[in-house]
Amino acid sequence: MDFNDTQQESQYRQQVRTWLDANAGGLKPTGPSVFDAQTRRGEADYVERAKEWQAKKTDAGYGVIQWPKEYGGAGGSQMQAIIYREEEARYEVPAGVFDIGLGMCGPVLMMYADEATKRRLLPSMARGQDIWCQLFSEPIAGSDLAGLRTRAQRDGDDWIVNGQKVWTSGAHYSRYGILVTRHDPTMAKHKGLTFFWLDMKSPGVEVKPIRQISGASNFNEVFFTNVRIPDSQRLGEVGEGWQVSITTLMNERLAVGTVGAPDFKEIFALTRRVALGDQPAIKSAAVRSRLADWYVEAEGLRLTKARTMTRLSRGETPGPEASIAKLVGGVKQQEIGSFGADLLEQAGAVLDSDVLPGHGMFQQAYLASPGIRIAGGSDEILRNIIAERVLNLPGDIRVDRDVPYNEIPTGKG
Amino acid sequence: MNFDFSDAQKMLKTQARDFLKSACPTTVPRRILDGNEPYAAELWKGIVDLEFTGISIPEQYGGIGYGYLELCCVAEELGRAVAPVPFSSSVYLATEAILAAGSEEQKKKYLPQLAAGKLIGTFALAEGAKVPTAKNQETKLEGGKVTGEKLPVPDGDVADFAIVVASSSRGPSLAIVDLKGSGVKREAVATIDPTRSHARVHFSGAPGELLGVEGKGWELKESIFDRAAVLYAMEQLGGSDACLAMSVDYAKGRYAFGRPIGSFQAIKHKLADMYIKNELARANCYYGAWALQSGAKELPVAAAGARISATQAYHFASKENIQTHGGIGFTWEHDCHLFYRRSKLLSLVLGSLHSWKDRLITHLEKQAEGSAASAAA
Repeated sequence: MDFNDTQQESQYRQQVRTWLDANAGGLKPTGPSVFDAQTRRGEADYVERAKEWQAKKTDAGYGVIQWPKEYGGAGGSQMQAIIYREEEARYEVPAGVFDIGLGMCGPVLMMYADEATKRRLLPSMARGQDIWCQLFSEPIAGSDLAGLRTRAQRDGDDWIVNGQKVWTSGAHYSRYGILVTRHDPTMAKHKGLTFFWLDMKSPGVEVKPIRQISGASNFNEVFFTNVRIPDSQRLGEVGEGWQVSITTLMNERLAVGTVGAPDFKEIFALTRRVALGDQPAIKSAAVRSRLADWYVEAEGLRLTKARTMTRLSRGETPGPEASIAKLVGGVKQQEIGSFGADLLEQAGAVLDSDVLPGHGMFQQAYLASPGIRIAGGSDEILRNIIAERVLNLPGDIRVDRDVPYNEIPTGKG
Repeated sequence: MNFDFSDAQKMLKTQARDFLKSACPTTVPRRILDGNEPYAAELWKGIVDLEFTGISIPEQYGGIGYGYLELCCVAEELGRAVAPVPFSSSVYLATEAILAAGSEEQKKKYLPQLAAGKLIGTFALAEGAKVPTAKNQETKLEGGKVTGEKLPVPDGDVADFAIVVASSSRGPSLAIVDLKGSGVKREAVATIDPTRSHARVHFSGAPGELLGVEGKGWELKESIFDRAAVLYAMEQLGGSDACLAMSVDYAKGRYAFGRPIGSFQAIKHKLADMYIKNELARANCYYGAWALQSGAKELPVAAAGARISATQAYHFASKENIQTHGGIGFTWEHDCHLFYRRSKLLSLVLGSLHSWKDRLITHLEKQAEGSAASAAA
């Protein structure tokens, strides 16, 4: 048992470090990271920088390391991709813009698109030239995704799509998207679905931003009005849309893994810095108890990841333990955000980091963390998945099974 | 990255599990719970025959000279089986204390006998309902004699000797005391887990042989407890896993309202939470195992992390296991309470969750001060 790289891994890590030192333009500042209410101001510029960085990485063989070369990847291993990610995380580089495309859209195309389409679309996705989004959730279909309504009706060699998607991250700067639709509302709900990829510039696609409680605006509503999609852009068979969606969501759960700062390190530092009564807050038994809880959770996640990496390093599939990261991390960040604000007493209400420098992080986390607990599978859905797929408990009894979709009760939604 | 046990270690674990499945089904702890035997003597003999008592003892002292990762594998299985034997007191505490601080002569005298199961050792710290500190030890060591009372002492009624924490004129010290010798009176006390016996041990001028440096006993005790915390945590993890397996099994087979109760989300989510806590504990425990085996400087922090998360996981799993079972889980006849009792006992034996949380944060503060100081220099 050890935490060391194999010789090959260590050589690769060294090579990555050397390249990042020469090309990434500096390490991240240490100490508390600066949070800002990210509206869309400055976003276009950020996306441009992200594209430049992705292109530079691709030229050096670090773009999408684990993809085959013919699709714009570097033909490397999953382990090399992880090593690169670990190293890159220490540097100040634009991140996050391509996660959905590379983590979900790419893999689904690789599995279901024809060869010509893959060779046409994947290299520009890998290089960051074209950003992709995922058009799944709808106002009526969130956790119960298969309840979606967006209609696709056959018209010769095309399909005509009408309906609405929601919570679509990055739709406003995406060139392409993957889309799941209902082609037959008289079939049972999981059976009447069909999957496509589409050009987001198609006539009839309209993107409207959604403002989140944090003030940020990462995602959108997307409206479809008589949008024409060629049948050649269908992924999977007609009626196979649910299986294709599940493949994508499996990838999503691997892609959406770790929850960032503030974590134990930041709240620990804060409790040493601020006073509670006449002494540093960390001297309070109540504070110490909470800190210890978060420490073992944070360490538990870090070390669970080390177990997953061990499996990958041996060329094995990750075990079910990898599924707990977001579930534990989301709640932890929400509690840390709330506790961090509490430690500032009344000043905990102040959000403006210009007024109280270095202190906005906890308040921002307080406002942003509810989203983590919902996105990419809500806490409740993730618990169901652990119970049913890991512990093999029986599925829920469903009143909508084998009922034609258009006869399922919908309530007020 | 190789954060896992080796194939050979996993084989040892399987061996231990298979042995305990046949030698220690829950009828064994139940027999101890209901009867008058202090521990399962035939099970203890079986464990000794498999040389589990000598795993961490070097061959020159009669052991088999494996490492701590191997001992961790066995500990996890003993915990899973709620084994009613004095293994933890004799191996994690007494053997480890002598390995850590014994003179050559003491090692030769005790270790071969401990490995062979001819001696059972234990560790005597608690003096009733108070948090033990370096300054509040009322048991005295004066002129090679120990005087005072320890309560409770795990396996104190059956152990051959105890390592006793006592104050001498130079400060807290450790003394090896023959519990069958003169000046020792002991009586078993009822505890929340009768499958593991405990005693009140009274010393009136009992001969005490110094272990380690006089006056340095507290530091020694701290380091012995750090090491033992990892091993106890592995037992806690094993017990916690057993509770999850029991709950899942029951939830699949028990029907209510015309369906398995495991199809209700109230049960599913509870068991998913059990799984999550167990996985967090497993990761922390493995880290503790790594630190113990490699003698890493991270050991105090890793041990506290393992102890805290395994205590939390076992508490949750053992109480919610009863809850999942409903009324039947609250009966004496059902096995749920074996785990519920053991969970609480193990969470107290080296000091409470409260104490270990405080200990963890103290170590982290020292680390932070250390790195701030080295950054300044």
